Amino acid sequence: MTESTHSNCKSLLGTLSDYVDGELSADLCREIEKHIAECEDCRIVVDTTRKTVDLVHASNDPQAGLPDDVRDRLFKRLNLADYLKPVPK
Amino acid sequence: MIETTSQSDISLEALRNGDRAEFARLVDAYSAPIYRLGLRMLGNEQDAEDVLQNTFLSALTHLSNFEGRSSVLTWLYRIAVNEALMVMRRGKPEVNIDDTDSSDETDDLSPSQFVDWGSLPEDVLLSAEGKQALDNAIQNLPDNLRMVFLLRDIQELSIKDTAETLGLSESNVKIRLLRARLSLREQLSSYYGERINQEKTND
Repeated sequence: MTESTHSNCKSLLGTLSDYVDGELSADLCREIEKHIAECEDCRIVVDTTRKTVDLVHASNDPQAGLPDDVRDRLFKRLNLADYLKPVPK
Repeated sequence: MIETTSQSDISLEALRNGDRAEFARLVDAYSAPIYRLGLRMLGNEQDAEDVLQNTFLSALTHLSNFEGRSSVLTWLYRIAVNEALMVMRRGKPEVNIDDTDSSDETDDLSPSQFVDWGSLPEDVLLSAEGKQALDNAIQNLPDNLRMVFLLRDIQELSIKDTAETLGLSESNVKIRLLRARLSLREQLSSYYGERINQEKTND
């Protein structure tokens, strides 16, 4: 990634988040793909950044519920104990 | 049929009229993501539970001020983030997420690690040890990057909603998200780089 031979590397970095989120224009995507086909360091940075974001999403469980005891105490604190029916699954 | 509650089912009008059953439905719809956000921000269950309770107590008190311009979830997140910041400041008064400092510049983003770990098998990357490495890396992020990262990549808010929740501009959110992701990438690269080297030594 020496600047003299890889002037594109730095500009690529600024668009990396949008690229891995699929929010970059087709033209810019093509530019990145062309560059990483020739620049191994940037190819690795792009691949491992994408993998990092994938891992975050894969290890995240958006459906994870609230522990029952935490829910009980929350309802009591909010004076909602009358509504403490079982959590809808 | 089993009833489930989603955001669109909640009636703002009923909430404002003091309908307690509706408030209970709101609590059930949003308490899990609020609790998880608190856990990730503060790193312990007791503080996360305090934030959860204070968020809904505050929501109850301020319902009449909620104008419905943002979604209910964004509004609750905004309260929760402020509650969590208060807890964080108890230990570190300097915590400030809305300052524009060097974290909003792009000058020093250059990667230093070029380990090609992306092709390691999923069962290594998603093992208990791999997840722990990721959790540690997230905890190591500076607070102002971590908040953006948690809302966008963990709670899966849009850039716009993340900006609104934290009172930042969308461009600040984007640059902080990029910095957070690059920092995680660097940390994971060091971690997997060592593992790959160890395996080579063992061969």
